[in-house]
Amino acid sequence: MKKIYTCIICPRSCELEADILPDGQVSVSGNGCPRGAEWIRNELSDPKRTIASSVLVEGGEKEIVSVRLSSPVPLRMIFPIMDEIRRVSAKAPVSIGDIIIRDVLSSGADVIATSSVLAKKE
Amino acid sequence: MENRGIVVIGAGPAGLAAAVKLRRLGAEDVLVIERENETGGILRQCIHDGFGLERFGKSISGPEYAALLKSEAEELGIECLTGTSVLEISKDRTITAASPSGVVEIHAEAIIAAAGCRERSRGSIMIPGERPAGVYTAGTAQAYMNLYNRMPGRNAVILGSGDIGLIMARRLTLEGAKVSAVFELQDHPNGLERNIVQCLDDYSIPLYLSHTVTEIHGKDRIEGVTVSAVDGNLRPIEGTEKYYSCDTLILSVGLIPDNTILEKAGVEIDPSTNGAVVDEHLMTSIPGIFSAGNMLHVHDLADFASAEAEAAAENAFLYASGKLDTGRNLSVVPGEGVSHTVPGRITGHGPFTASLRVRKKERGKTVEVRQGGKILGYRFFPLVIPSQMISVDAEAAAGCENVEVIVR
Repeated sequence: MKKIYTCIICPRSCELEADILPDGQVSVSGNGCPRGAEWIRNELSDPKRTIASSVLVEGGEKEIVSVRLSSPVPLRMIFPIMDEIRRVSAKAPVSIGDIIIRDVLSSGADVIATSSVLAKKE
Repeated sequence: MENRGIVVIGAGPAGLAAAVKLRRLGAEDVLVIERENETGGILRQCIHDGFGLERFGKSISGPEYAALLKSEAEELGIECLTGTSVLEISKDRTITAASPSGVVEIHAEAIIAAAGCRERSRGSIMIPGERPAGVYTAGTAQAYMNLYNRMPGRNAVILGSGDIGLIMARRLTLEGAKVSAVFELQDHPNGLERNIVQCLDDYSIPLYLSHTVTEIHGKDRIEGVTVSAVDGNLRPIEGTEKYYSCDTLILSVGLIPDNTILEKAGVEIDPSTNGAVVDEHLMTSIPGIFSAGNMLHVHDLADFASAEAEAAAENAFLYASGKLDTGRNLSVVPGEGVSHTVPGRITGHGPFTASLRVRKKERGKTVEVRQGGKILGYRFFPLVIPSQMISVDAEAAAGCENVEVIVR
């Protein structure tokens, strides 16, 4: 069975053709780099995604700090992870790269700050 | 009046990259003028990842990209006037700006205009109906959520399949809002395929092509929209109207370079891009004024805007040292199948790269840069789509005949 996918690893958006052979093997063509072939094999078994959100900051110059996952997680874990992100808050000052939640829901990915928030001046 | 070296207008992905490049080339006096109170431009509110693959070799979010650029600029001791709006540029490169300390006048040896673009709004696409609250451009909704922690609404409809609209469909969904559908007037999506997959398909948000909002309902707050299918001429088809109830309408209907300042200065503007007409050195029709990034033409990626601005920086540096070849004589025009191409002028003295967008999605096409019967450059593409900017390298043009870029 042949199926066309658009690779979402990078914005180059390669059009990949995946040929799923009767023995379950997948042969991939159209990929501009090896990551495309690896991605499609994952996509067919357990698709992975990364997300960005924001977390409340206590005592900061700004109300929120932007966060993202440090690495992709299975798509099915996105909503449970969002619930975790909503539950936490960070204390100012927050620096870019700070780990807000380590190994969130044992996914192997951390929730990390992608911007800095200074402490509010008294 | 203050006399300065090279002045960069805008501290986003293009402007900051230009300033950093200028310093690395050895330019001693580089000044950046930024309207906002912080550097970073639109990157600050683009918290999703996918930035930086080209420039930094890793996939990071917009704020991280902005922070990396900022630290490069700080290490090089680049001066940046924030909270300062350029009001006017004169032909002799005098900049008038409103700064926190009052109006300042700065004369520059060269200027790189990299002030980005604006979103098209409800007014520019003229949706009929009432004028309730709850109608936002995608960027405004993005700023509300990502900078100010405010939810634009709970039940949204999105018009237009631009990247920011797609990203906002996912963001709203993740934050608990319902996104009923995305409607696109054209018969092809406007955003990157990547965003269709991971922002819409992943969350089962339907995308209706060849559809548009034909009426907005609601008195104080939007209550719903009427959506119609459109024909091949993009006109609504009678009898296809469907009502969608919503409390929010998000518009992601295109970006246009913001060129009021350059236009006022007398710079020639390309009606197909709304950006300045530049030559292969990215110099506008006024000598010493360069333009790059989304202010020149709207890019697909911040990384590409940065790369283009670095090229502008190299040329501005040469210009300020009196070493730039500024002869301008040939026009480069979009031909069959091409909606716009940059540069719109070339000196004809050296090779150049045409950056362009095609009019429609096609397979197995060759893009040619030709002058009369002579092919100056060509490149084969297995697939061309309007939402992806492509480029073709071309050799120097001779004579005085105009150059044309075509899809065949």
